[in-house]
Amino acid sequence: MKPVTSQESELDGQGVTLDVSVWRGTSEGGGYQRFEVPALENQTILDVVSWIQHYADATLTYRFACRVGMCGSCAMMVNGQPRWTCRTHVKKVLKAGAVQIGPLRNLPVIKDLAADMDPFFDKWVTAGGAHAPSATRDDPIPPVDPQDAIRVEASAGIECINCSICYAACDTVAGNPDYLGPAALQRAWTLLNDAKHDAHDQILDAVSGVGGCHNCHSMGSCTVFCPNDLDPMSAIAGLKRETAKSFFRRRK
Amino acid sequence: MKPARAHPLWLAFVLHRVSGLALALFLPLHFWVLSYALTAPEKLNQFLSFAEQPIVKIAEFGLIFLLAVHVFGGLRLMAMEWLPWSAPQKSLAAGAVGIAVLISGTFFLQVV
Repeated sequence: MKPVTSQESELDGQGVTLDVSVWRGTSEGGGYQRFEVPALENQTILDVVSWIQHYADATLTYRFACRVGMCGSCAMMVNGQPRWTCRTHVKKVLKAGAVQIGPLRNLPVIKDLAADMDPFFDKWVTAGGAHAPSATRDDPIPPVDPQDAIRVEASAGIECINCSICYAACDTVAGNPDYLGPAALQRAWTLLNDAKHDAHDQILDAVSGVGGCHNCHSMGSCTVFCPNDLDPMSAIAGLKRETAKSFFRRRK
Repeated sequence: MKPARAHPLWLAFVLHRVSGLALALFLPLHFWVLSYALTAPEKLNQFLSFAEQPIVKIAEFGLIFLLAVHVFGGLRLMAMEWLPWSAPQKSLAAGAVGIAVLISGTFFLQVV
């Protein structure tokens, strides 16, 4: 894609502009600031944010990297819904020529559109999301059958790009700051089904604690909003089943 | 502006929660009135004649609706969390239950 200059924008949009409200401020306070942005035929929300930062207000803070839906760093609230802004076409979300862009919900705001992702990633570790190998490099590589039922469960969640859209969509996270959230729990479910992961009991302990999988009310916003069409709600249901089974096994 | 929660799964959650709360409020009242059968039968009779009013009948419809919503919401939740079925399997199961209710309901109406 050619870089968009202000001159080109005006030509392309024939003077039509978008009414864009962008959050300015931090968790402590702030407000929405309005910008007029030239409308283009092909334009994503991330393009709009970039245009504002390039041509209207260089102090606007936001985060992005790959621009193609791989890195998971550009997620924001667009008209109140969490979205990956690099793959969200303006035409899809524009309401009467206007759009509101804010930082991800359920996370502290560092500045403007950049949310502090620390709580999100800390919870990945808390949920047992770090890989613990079951063999050393000197051991033979255990074969993994892609058709195996357990492997199918593990494979279902591996396309997660850590964008935190599910975390921002979840009302249980909003109501309970200790709740690990859909992404961390789905990661735990993936590792639990990974034949090459060794710490299965630690995962079950980690996800059945205070902020664990049993807090989930199956509202399903994670599954509805996941940009990669993953299904964290079903992964959490899997954890609920496995923790319950292990509870009854241990009582015997 | 459409909030992140405007979708069927979230509405199912709210319906389940609200019907549960409403039933939890109803049940103590229900048992309290029933206790009159032992403590003050004449008061119970008074209440029963009051309950003949059309407005109370409409309220009873609401009560049955809450019960039905809560029962099926609970069955939905248990099926969703405890039966790791694929989406087509769930659709088939829901269809089977629907047809069974229809057939048995028709039979029930004929008996009555």
